[in-house]
Amino acid sequence: MTSLLLSLEGVSVELPTPRGALRAVDRVDLTLMPGHTLGIVGESGCGKTMLSRAILQLLPKRAKLAGSVTFGGRDLAALSPEALRKLRGPELAVVFQDPMTSLNPVLTIGTQLVETLQAHLGMERAAARRRSVELLAAVGIPAPEQRLRQYPHQLSGGMRQRVAIAIALSCEPRLLVADEPTTALDVTVQAQILDLLAREQKRRHMAMILITHDLGVVAGRTDEVAVMYAGRVVERAPTPKLFAHMRMPYTEALLAAIPKLDSPPHTALPAIAGRPPDPTRPMPGCSFAPRCRYADDRCREAKPPLIDPGRSGGLYACWHPLALPTGART
Amino acid sequence: MAKFIGRRLIYLLPVLLAVTLLTFLIASLLPGDLAYTILGDQATPEKVAALRAQMGLDLPIWQRYLLWLWDVLHGDFGRSFRTGETVLAAVLDRLPVSIELMIFAEALGLLIGIPLAILCAVRSGSAIDRFLTGLAFGKLSLPSFMVAILLIYLFAVQLGWLPATGWVPFTEDPIGNLRSFVLPAFTLAFAEWPVLMRVLRSDMIATLQEDYITMAKAKGLRPARILLVHALKPSSLTLVTVTGINIGRLIGGALIVETIFALPGIGRLLVGAIYARDFIILQGVVLFVATGFVLVNFVVDMLYAVLDPRIRHGRA
Repeated sequence: MTSLLLSLEGVSVELPTPRGALRAVDRVDLTLMPGHTLGIVGESGCGKTMLSRAILQLLPKRAKLAGSVTFGGRDLAALSPEALRKLRGPELAVVFQDPMTSLNPVLTIGTQLVETLQAHLGMERAAARRRSVELLAAVGIPAPEQRLRQYPHQLSGGMRQRVAIAIALSCEPRLLVADEPTTALDVTVQAQILDLLAREQKRRHMAMILITHDLGVVAGRTDEVAVMYAGRVVERAPTPKLFAHMRMPYTEALLAAIPKLDSPPHTALPAIAGRPPDPTRPMPGCSFAPRCRYADDRCREAKPPLIDPGRSGGLYACWHPLALPTGART
Repeated sequence: MAKFIGRRLIYLLPVLLAVTLLTFLIASLLPGDLAYTILGDQATPEKVAALRAQMGLDLPIWQRYLLWLWDVLHGDFGRSFRTGETVLAAVLDRLPVSIELMIFAEALGLLIGIPLAILCAVRSGSAIDRFLTGLAFGKLSLPSFMVAILLIYLFAVQLGWLPATGWVPFTEDPIGNLRSFVLPAFTLAFAEWPVLMRVLRSDMIATLQEDYITMAKAKGLRPARILLVHALKPSSLTLVTVTGINIGRLIGGALIVETIFALPGIGRLLVGAIYARDFIILQGVVLFVATGFVLVNFVVDMLYAVLDPRIRHGRA
């Protein structure tokens, strides 16, 4: 297993709050092979963004990280700030959720691209500008030369996210983390941006982690999906397997919450009742039990571990997995 | 950009007109008749009446304002009845001293304030941040005349390194000229840096929370570039405003500091004019100072547009 690009073991993130420590990420194990794509899915507040920040080592100052993040054979938490800085860009890159706030409003697009190239590739200014034009053209930005002199506010949201992607791709990273890259965009440009990411991922043979709250987004674009709930990975499977035989009632509920084109008009959208649990107050049983229609006393008393039952190829954390007889596993 | 500057210049005209009106009213409505002041206590009523008629003081106030404004627009600000010196000559004579002092004081204030602000913002909440903010707060409550006296005592009286008072023209003795500005400039800078540090610190702490700073880190930029390019520029709008206000204030002369250190600047001219009831000089200096203040703020407005392209393009 030396070919792993990224491996997370027992990663937890705790944030101090006035009401006590908040466990945003709870003992997550994940692996990613070079050139592969992983989707991380869950609703708001499930810890998926904190998990991505843990991978990037960009957690808020007060956050506490436990467990290990190994990237390319190196433990990221043990690296010096300077070694980490050199890794960011040519090895690890990120596209953030909101292109309205992730680009610096007082610097031109050109400056923001060129400085990245100069910081890592030691390029001359003129060469870096030429490369920037190529990068902008590659992400589908018309008239790239003029764009270099423009400021972020002169571009639309979709264009800005393309610029952010061009910046992320500029130093040919081995892993790209896309943290809800389309959530802040108009629906009409969401598919374009996702297709762009998928195309560049394949072309560059780079690994990608696609974080989203929308199962529909990961469906055709990832090799593997991890579903998160209340800071934990509750189900993980190769993408086709997940959609064919999902085991976790939460995954089922998430999928049911996607509007379907073939539903008759005015069909009520099945939302997941209730709200995610308060992460400052850990509960003894399954975190999803209060909202789960299959839950019984066992679910409320003991937390189901993430197990690999073999055969199906997927992992899940549930006492009553779907499409399997209750208790068949034990 | 040219359109932006043009629009701002048009806004400037009514402001400057209001400045002349207020200046005129302040000087005219001060108690005491100018003719009496000039002629002294022994003047006969006939003589006073004659002088009033000669100076146009018997005209209605709006007529006097328009006549004065007409002269001002032609570059004639009047002359002192005591020395016969024109207002323009008096101001131009003192201006270089006040400007030199202002430049030294602002440069020192920024040189001390900006690095400390960045240090505090990066380490916000740490012991060093709490110490420096506390020090700045303490410094703010110390009046400049006290700082001046302490500096004079230490560097002029005890150590004898620098002159306590006096001034020589730069053309006569450049080193002596610079030496005479050290203590007054430090006195002013000591009052400036705490304000500059505090406004930049709080703006910078807010900027460092922005997504684009996280993005700059994720791009693997050097910490110095993140702080000085990505964080400092968008955080410096309030700093520029405060610096502009300070510059505008100091162009009008630092009254107390110029008096203590016997620097012949605009501040001394103004104080002298008040004591001598020299209304013409007073009126001219106030008009000059107020106009300078308005123009400096115009420049500050322009700097906003340089710092933030969103303002330049008419958004935000």
